[in-house]
Amino acid sequence: MALIIVEGLEVNEEALRRVVSKEQALDDQAAAPAAMWKVSTSPHLKSSESVEKIMWTVVACLVPPLILSVFIFGIQTLLITAVSVVSCVAVEALSQKALGRTVTIKDGSAVLTGMLMAFVIPPGVSPLLPILAAVFAIYIGKHLLGGIGYNFFNPALLGRAFLLASFPVAMTSAWLPPVEGFAIFSFFGNAVDAVSTATPLAVLKEHGMAAFTQTFGSGTNLYGSFFFGWRPGCIGETSGFLLLLGGLYLLYRGYITWHIPVSLLTTIGLLTWIFGGAGYFGGDPLLALLSGGAILGAFYMATDYVTSPSNKSAKIVFGISVGAMTVLIRQKGGYPEGICYAILLMNPLSTVLDSWFKPKRFAPPAGGAK
Amino acid sequence: MKSLLTFPKGGVHPPESKAQTAGLAIEIMPVPEELEIILGQHIGAPCTPTVAKRAEVAEGAVIGEVIKGLGVPLHAPAAGKVKDLGTSAHPVRVSAPSLTLTVDREAPAVHYKKEDWRPLDAAELLARVHAGGIIGIGGAGFPTHVKLKPPSDSPVDILVLNGAECEPYITADHRAMLEYSAEIVEGAKIILKILGIKECHIGIENNKPDAISAMAKAVEQTAGPDVSIRVRTLQVKYPQGSEKQLIQAVTGRKVPAMALPSAVGVVVHNVSTAKAIYDAVVYRKPLYEKVITVAGKGISRPANLQVKVGTKLKDIVDYLGGVKPGLTKIVLGGPMMGFAVSSLEVPVTKTTSAVLFLTEEEVDTRPHSPCIRCGWCIEACPMGLEPKEIGIYVEANRAEDTEQFGVFDCFECGSCAFVCPAKRPLVQFVRLAKMKAKRRQ
Repeated sequence: MALIIVEGLEVNEEALRRVVSKEQALDDQAAAPAAMWKVSTSPHLKSSESVEKIMWTVVACLVPPLILSVFIFGIQTLLITAVSVVSCVAVEALSQKALGRTVTIKDGSAVLTGMLMAFVIPPGVSPLLPILAAVFAIYIGKHLLGGIGYNFFNPALLGRAFLLASFPVAMTSAWLPPVEGFAIFSFFGNAVDAVSTATPLAVLKEHGMAAFTQTFGSGTNLYGSFFFGWRPGCIGETSGFLLLLGGLYLLYRGYITWHIPVSLLTTIGLLTWIFGGAGYFGGDPLLALLSGGAILGAFYMATDYVTSPSNKSAKIVFGISVGAMTVLIRQKGGYPEGICYAILLMNPLSTVLDSWFKPKRFAPPAGGAK
Repeated sequence: MKSLLTFPKGGVHPPESKAQTAGLAIEIMPVPEELEIILGQHIGAPCTPTVAKRAEVAEGAVIGEVIKGLGVPLHAPAAGKVKDLGTSAHPVRVSAPSLTLTVDREAPAVHYKKEDWRPLDAAELLARVHAGGIIGIGGAGFPTHVKLKPPSDSPVDILVLNGAECEPYITADHRAMLEYSAEIVEGAKIILKILGIKECHIGIENNKPDAISAMAKAVEQTAGPDVSIRVRTLQVKYPQGSEKQLIQAVTGRKVPAMALPSAVGVVVHNVSTAKAIYDAVVYRKPLYEKVITVAGKGISRPANLQVKVGTKLKDIVDYLGGVKPGLTKIVLGGPMMGFAVSSLEVPVTKTTSAVLFLTEEEVDTRPHSPCIRCGWCIEACPMGLEPKEIGIYVEANRAEDTEQFGVFDCFECGSCAFVCPAKRPLVQFVRLAKMKAKRRQ
């Protein structure tokens, strides 16, 4: 193997910088009048993976739950998602133009944010809401903080938090019950409040287990319908089955690692089991995982590269913290669901966690740290 | 089947791309009309010419010596006349002092006489290694006689021969192990005698089963009862042939940062260096020829060539029928750690292992984008570093502050940059960081 030693060589720093900033063909050098080959530093091979490929793959994983949401809540889920995606892409392009940056809407990152943002909005809201959320999430939450790679809050969740603060009524009441049969166009014939209902976690929080069982049933039927998505909730959060399938695919592709989803979901399950029922050890962990946004959050939100830690052990600490905070908000906080705020609260701590939990170095110098 | 040896942390799997030349026997390229011999072939002090301009030299004659400092002599790769003592194009330094030799193609071929090395003592063997101009020809270019004299405070008990050849495309060591198996084993025995030890491991990646069996057979036939030489099969994973990773895979020992392998009692030599040692000791033939792989989709006829040190790339291109359209990059060495060159005037040195002519489809020249902190580089790094942090610090003009991330542990294997989905030039960032951090020290 070629081992190249650069030590002791006088390398022109300016020239190095130029190569760093852009690969360039060096032509017409004195020694080689006809040379038109590219020069750059090693390695000259790169894997076929790219940011675009990752983003579009995650988007593709979200398409099946989106399609299913049409059958659960009606065709307006498609409309809200489309508005959300288009406005996120538009705001991204405008922000980048306004800030004098390269427009990178083709990398799929804004499309992904748009989809995820729609997924955490109730299906009965006005389609105007995602437009406002897009402006806040993409322009303020992402580009004013430096653009892709530099935002420290998950943009999609930031959009949801913005809507929750600005439109508290719509965001906490525009729920829809699963449609009967295939009446997916029924929404357009009705006023929003005429069909509104409550989410499982809200019923559980405000009325207790008895009311919950009365509304949603119990036993295998309950778990089954919740697992496949037939329950009130945000547009994309209900189908645990399809979200899990997509998440497993991302794991298989190596786009996400198990550390955050597993530690997060385990913590939610465990803490709900201990503290979620009457007395201790009386909670229902499975229900806790299936009735809110836990699976969507664990696989698609908390694993967002930019806003979560990169080191393995830091990821586990991050997952546990998000899980614990989710249960805390659900049990003791003012909202029925807490994963959105839990992730947002942990996001800015990611870099701190990374600096606390470093990867193990091959073999540090014999004489102590250097 | 035994389980395959490897290093546990990090590593990547670039496409191997070795099929182009793996089956091609080593071919001796005719000597070109002119050779350009760079005076600084090894790590250490460059040679000072011992011949004057217009002097006539014989093949194998000493043409350069190191006056002061670490180094080995330089020999004339062919008989001829010294045309000039000037500078040459250099892959890294752009230009470097060199000796231009006009080859006398009428000169009779030199014949080296085989001698029995067994009666010779370690000091004499070591002297021959030094006199033969032997350096680590796997790429590092470290003078071999120095590695064969480990410091007395860290005794060595294991010799590891590196036949991993984990860089894609390159098949020079693969062919050497097939065609010179016995010589390599004999070379290993010479090294063992110089070091005064008995144990040798030859590490070969699993993608060269023919080389593994050829070497195993040679060991069986020539090793003898006095030494213990074992062929060890390695998993195919880049950078398996990196010194520290190879030592860990084969012996389980970990060389600490900033330390030499002798700190854990190991010395590593490339299989081709073992062959060169054999030639220098048994035939007293100095090192002035090199087996290189010429490959890539941009060259008309890929080959494993034995060339004279000092052969210019343009002569190799002419001999192999020219370049093909679509040629984008010319790389001296492997595609993971080699240097891109911009001129065909660059000559082959003792450490050149390959010349790759890569087309647009083989290299990735997409522009890079900001770090998305996916952490793939951390997973890929065999040294347990955080390349992304180094890159972010360098971009923020804080290159001096990267020592906390162990930037000096990095041996620039390029695994991080290979996996980076944002195509960030992480190795470049590391080099810049090292330079700036060193300046501050």
